[in-house]
Amino acid sequence: MSIEQFVFIALSAITLLGGWIVITNRNLYRAALGLVLSFFGVAGLYALLDAGFLAVVQVLIYVGAISILIIFAIMLTRRVMDRTAVQHNAQWGISALVALALFGVIGYTLLFRAADQWAVSSTGLPEKPIEMLGEALVTTYALPFEVASVLLLVALVGAIVIAREK
Amino acid sequence: MNILDDLFITIGQWWTALLSNTLGLPDGIVLVINGLIGGLIFALLGVVMVLVLTYMERKVFSRLQDRIGPNRWGPFGVLQAVTDAIKMLIKEDIVPDEADRLLFNLAPVLMVIPAVMLYTVLPFGRGMQGSDLGVGALYVVAIGSLTSIAVMTAGWSSNNKYGLLGAFRVIAQLVSYEIPMVLAVASVVLVTGSMSLVDIVESQPIPNAILMPVAFLVYMAAGMAELGRSPFDLLEADSEIVAGYFIEYSGMKFALFFLAEYINMFAVAGLVTTLFLSGWKGPVLPTWLWFFIKTFAVVFVFIWARGSWPRFRIDHMLNFAWKFLVPLALVNLMVVGLVDKLLTDAEMWVRAVALLGSNLVLVVVTLIVVAWAGRRSRSAALRTIAGAR
Amino acid sequence: MDVSLTWYLLVAAALFCMGLYGVLARRNAVAILMGVELMLNAVNINLVAFWRYVRPDAMAGQVFAIIVYTVAAAEAAVGLALFIAIYRSRDTVVVEDIDLMKG
Repeated sequence: MSIEQFVFIALSAITLLGGWIVITNRNLYRAALGLVLSFFGVAGLYALLDAGFLAVVQVLIYVGAISILIIFAIMLTRRVMDRTAVQHNAQWGISALVALALFGVIGYTLLFRAADQWAVSSTGLPEKPIEMLGEALVTTYALPFEVASVLLLVALVGAIVIAREK
Repeated sequence: MNILDDLFITIGQWWTALLSNTLGLPDGIVLVINGLIGGLIFALLGVVMVLVLTYMERKVFSRLQDRIGPNRWGPFGVLQAVTDAIKMLIKEDIVPDEADRLLFNLAPVLMVIPAVMLYTVLPFGRGMQGSDLGVGALYVVAIGSLTSIAVMTAGWSSNNKYGLLGAFRVIAQLVSYEIPMVLAVASVVLVTGSMSLVDIVESQPIPNAILMPVAFLVYMAAGMAELGRSPFDLLEADSEIVAGYFIEYSGMKFALFFLAEYINMFAVAGLVTTLFLSGWKGPVLPTWLWFFIKTFAVVFVFIWARGSWPRFRIDHMLNFAWKFLVPLALVNLMVVGLVDKLLTDAEMWVRAVALLGSNLVLVVVTLIVVAWAGRRSRSAALRTIAGAR
Repeated sequence: MDVSLTWYLLVAAALFCMGLYGVLARRNAVAILMGVELMLNAVNINLVAFWRYVRPDAMAGQVFAIIVYTVAAAEAAVGLALFIAIYRSRDTVVVEDIDLMKG
């Protein structure tokens, strides 16, 4: 087993362990920390896929901002310091079945049906991926870029207006 | 001087040759072993720097206040840090009753990790950095935002209302000052044309502090706030909120929080050196010596600022970030971008003079705007007092 | 590259299904939002893996992933503001108790 495979298995284990903590832990704060662990695992997978910029942006946005938002929301919406209530609703059995069935279908398709569908590209990575990404964002994909900025502005104003004390 | 300059590089190459040629290990294993040793060296470097920095801080701070500082243990008090460490180690380790044990023990560790991770991208000398990331400047900002998670965990797991309130205020400060920091770093990246810290150092024949003084000052202010040092230290203001979010910590865990703060301080000073003071460049001495000299000079300025100014109130501090630093950093980014784009093909000294001139114009305009705003609010206050009388 | 594309897609599928279970089976609204974030991360892994293996010279994969980040951030901000507002008026964020039109 090469180093790359070993690192891939370790990072995937971290990601899936974090995901497991998110969906099963009754203590909501620990679930949030499991989410942070999962984000780190995903950032590691991006680094393994030679998308260094995306890995750093993942840590910056998800761990540095969205996780803090979620933790704040957890703290501001708990009644007292009560820790555990029942965390699953009545249909958790069927939900687990649905999730497993979906994973089964996707796994079967990937492993047995679509194994050679996507031709692995022979061209290597571009030489300066970050410069090319920056150029692409403001030339070819300028419209989605601007629309995303407007979306963020609207979300910012909207969140402040909704959560303000009347 | 070249032997001294390349000393560490030569040692590293000899070690790698020992592992792969003499012992015949495959390349992957050599990479992993070197990585682990590098990590260990950075962690030890951080801790050694803490010893030096605590001593420096206490001596300089006390001299600023016209007293002597520690002078009992060792000549001139150099062993004071050792005695502090022994004291922290032999203290009782208290965990509050209802606290979440796992998170309570995890929070100090989570606080130290991002501080040490910052050392891996600092260029300590020519060719001496942990790893030359293509996105080094952004990595620094991302790691700096991890501290907030640790602070939140510490405040929450103490099961203490005052700890939680202290944690909220710390997070407000840390998050608010990330933005001016990112914008100041963005203007440096704009002028350099690359996010790699090694490239930023290489492309500074003239230090960026002279080319972009506004960005330099904004970054110093934001860096001091991110560290939680005075005048932004209402988080640990003992007279106000009783030690804030680490109110329930004692013994070695408390020591870990302070360790994290000093490791962070050295890392941020190293970043200021790299981004604005042209890193390891210097005439005669070996490059890593220049890096340490410049970093200690920046640390001295931090300690000097701590000893000179009173503490901010929390609303003053947040106003300073959002109403002053963010607009200033944004305008600075636009001005620097414009000047740099217009004069791309001109000679180096023309660009330098143009950047410096535009920055000085920006400073003058800012001072005029601030004076006008101050005059307006003062007259409004006087009018309300006169109206109430 | 020693790791084939299928492995990455399987990991992304597993993460997606975990997020799906989190959305369907949890009672607390913030926990549901955490499940949604897991699903968005899984989608991003898919995008970046395809970019790397199939067309690494086109930047569309990474740009798509960045737009997904933006949308996720906006959605998390507005969603959490909504939860805080709901908590202020109803004193609970358990989704089973927030059905306004009931009865």
